[in-house]
Amino acid sequence: MAETDQHVHRQPVVIVDDLHVKYRVFAGGRAAEGAAGRSGLLTRARGIRTVHALKGVSFTAYENESIGVIGHNGSGKSTLMRAITGLTPPESGAVYAASRPNLLGVGAALLPDLSGENNIILGGLALGFSKREVLELRDEIVEFAELEEFIDLPMRTYSSGMQARLKFSIATAKQHEILIVDEALSVGDKGFRARSEGRIREIRANAGTVFLVSHSMGSIADTCERTIWIHRGELRMDGPTEEVLAEYQDSRGRR
Amino acid sequence: MSLADYAAQHGLHRVGARPNLWRYLKQTWDRRDFAIAMARFRIQASQERNRLGMLWLVLQPSLNALIYGLIFGILQGDANRPPDYAAFVVIGVFLFDFFSKSLSNGAKSITGNRALVQSLAFPRLTLPLAVVLENFMALVPMLGVMGLALVVMGHLPAWEWLLMAPLLALYSLFNAGVAMIAARLTVHVRDLTQILPFINRILFYTSGVLFAVDRIFRAHPWAIELYDFHPLYQVLQIARGLLMGGSYELHYWLYFAIWSVVVFVAGLLFFWVAEERYGRD
Repeated sequence: MAETDQHVHRQPVVIVDDLHVKYRVFAGGRAAEGAAGRSGLLTRARGIRTVHALKGVSFTAYENESIGVIGHNGSGKSTLMRAITGLTPPESGAVYAASRPNLLGVGAALLPDLSGENNIILGGLALGFSKREVLELRDEIVEFAELEEFIDLPMRTYSSGMQARLKFSIATAKQHEILIVDEALSVGDKGFRARSEGRIREIRANAGTVFLVSHSMGSIADTCERTIWIHRGELRMDGPTEEVLAEYQDSRGRR
Repeated sequence: MSLADYAAQHGLHRVGARPNLWRYLKQTWDRRDFAIAMARFRIQASQERNRLGMLWLVLQPSLNALIYGLIFGILQGDANRPPDYAAFVVIGVFLFDFFSKSLSNGAKSITGNRALVQSLAFPRLTLPLAVVLENFMALVPMLGVMGLALVVMGHLPAWEWLLMAPLLALYSLFNAGVAMIAARLTVHVRDLTQILPFINRILFYTSGVLFAVDRIFRAHPWAIELYDFHPLYQVLQIARGLLMGGSYELHYWLYFAIWSVVVFVAGLLFFWVAEERYGRD
């Protein structure tokens, strides 16, 4: 119980309270059990399937913490992260936060036919910078992405590694109070990976809280002291990274 | 102590809650640079790979006007064809284009940007407004071509041409309202994107783009009276009156101003109410 006592005096920044998220999807094709005796276009099973992606997740994140999030594919990690940012509305329960959490993802705002230069402007504005701030940050972003020679070329001509570097540089140019990094650290070559991990630590050092979603146990062990494990939409385990990772790898070994 | 109380005690707020209308508008205004950049860069990107580039922005509507003018000019015959048909069609086709693109692209502004909506937080109102802005920017060079065509056809610029500015302002307001309504409806009923091309087509043939309503419906005066309340017809008639130096019903200004404000405000409220809904699939 000593650990909980210690937490009482820390400032919480994100509180996830019994969070449920459901997706409603038009299920194409025919449901297996409905196949008997029915035919025709209009009677075919085209019901709405409900996917219960998160089933009552609760936890509290504190200032200056960096939290790893692990789980199998489709376990609900990304849904949880999107719900924390408020981008996916919850079915019931709620997420409370000190400031609006940001997802480290700016890629969706960029246009492949546009030059890297213009994409920096567009991405920066999408993140909420003013025009002046974007122009001031431009050189720093280009430099961090190591794209000085190619910045005037359309983004579609970049290799996937170059594109990922550009996106990461734009997204982390801003000081985030609460930042969610979803599988972004595995991009680029070794040198870039080291620098991007450095940047994540920098954000944390400036009183930020970071969530890191990854399948790479290495980068979670390197950057996070606490880890939560999501399994089939439920919180399976929450604790110090070492213990959770050991348990997680154990369970995978058994399968 | 429940987690909700704990959150309140430490000054945490619920994430994703819809702001009140005033704050929502302010947040949207703060993102105006983003909307402008999105509109400008999208036009640029859409023409990037074409050899003639930006020229297509005016070439396409010009070719449209040419084809429609030729076919319907011949089909209608002398009796029904409005006088000065070339200018009539150019104004009709060019100005209607602004509406039809705002409707069809506005409808896709949320559903077509799913990845963006699911990864960044900003007032979603920015998306349909950026679409209307983009279409307005595309309209500007078309207006230049239209003016040139009118001069060639013998309509010299007059002071009345300046009244196009308030008309286009009202028209933009109207189209923004239409885009916001279409954007939200498409989120609820995805099938709408399949029906919209037909709606667009029907409106194209029933708004007096190619036909002089008072000639076609000579035998049915009630139909002509109905057109007094048709917002798109009002825009086209006012514009033709201003640019071609003819006469037009002055009270159309009032009617269309009311239409624009009502549609815009209704669209704004309708869109804002569902703000929390847009990230969901």
